[in-house]
Amino acid sequence: MPHFRTGVIVMLQRPILDVQGNTVEQALHAIGFEMMHNVRIGKYIELELEAESAQRARQLVEDACRQLLANPVIEEYHIARLEEVPTPELAP
Amino acid sequence: MKFGIVVFPGSNCDWDTFHALGTGLGEDTTFLWHQDTQLPSDLDCIVLPGGFSYGDYLRSGAIARFSPIMREVIRFARSGGLVLGICNGFQILCESGLLPGAFLRNRSLRFVCRTVFLRVERTDTPFTNMLAPGQLLRIPIAHGEGNYYADPETLAQLRANGQIVLRYCDETGAVTDAANPNGSVDNIAALINREGNVMGIMPHPERACEALLGSTDGLAIFESLRRFCTAAVSVTLQRT
Repeated sequence: MPHFRTGVIVMLQRPILDVQGNTVEQALHAIGFEMMHNVRIGKYIELELEAESAQRARQLVEDACRQLLANPVIEEYHIARLEEVPTPELAP
Repeated sequence: MKFGIVVFPGSNCDWDTFHALGTGLGEDTTFLWHQDTQLPSDLDCIVLPGGFSYGDYLRSGAIARFSPIMREVIRFARSGGLVLGICNGFQILCESGLLPGAFLRNRSLRFVCRTVFLRVERTDTPFTNMLAPGQLLRIPIAHGEGNYYADPETLAQLRANGQIVLRYCDETGAVTDAANPNGSVDNIAALINREGNVMGIMPHPERACEALLGSTDGLAIFESLRRFCTAAVSVTLQRT
């Protein structure tokens, strides 16, 4: 079975106030990066999976995002990468 | 009556709740293990206690929501059983879809642990029938992610259906932004489902059941449940 590695980005939806992002933005301004704005902080989730095809792998990752990795009430997700990788050797 | 308290890995208010219900209220109380796939048949009310289930990893309550016992808790709730989620329990109820909305980090980015004032907005529920409309309660909060969020449409429905049970207020009962400890929309501190049998409360009533602890205001919530279950009070619920 082909082996895939994927990276998912989970962010707060746009209209929701990102207090972490705001705080980091203020800190950036305080150290001289006044030119930086709209700081938003999310999560990057990397995982590996087995699937028959890249299409199937994407579908499985989407399902995982909808059910657990992201909360659709407050977050949005984006599959940033999905690539086939050599099947890793199992640890003894 | 009989209470069941669910113990997740990382629950830390389970024994406090056990003490409040078993010793304080004096009712039959049992623990329910997160791996259980069956509930005792004689339960009247399930309590999801506070804590940091599964280390709050990913999102508060996100992983607990898929514990084996939650399938039974959801079934119990859907068939009209009483479910009370306290703090992390409230977060789990939202993650599991038994209550609408979700929780964000506190507006201050700080973990807030102090006693707050709450205004009672509804008294016609199994959880609040011993309280008076507009009554003020003093109950502690202790959370880092208690910032309740619902989109404007959902919030309008919550208001229209009278689902907001408790709101953060000041010592005079005024619901102000300054009295909002975490940024929750509409100062929401406790919320009930439309059917009226599932309530989430962010403050900790189990920590306010003895004068020694500074307040006994939390006891009225548990006494309300007992009254509802044992005295057959005619509590008019909004059935939809």
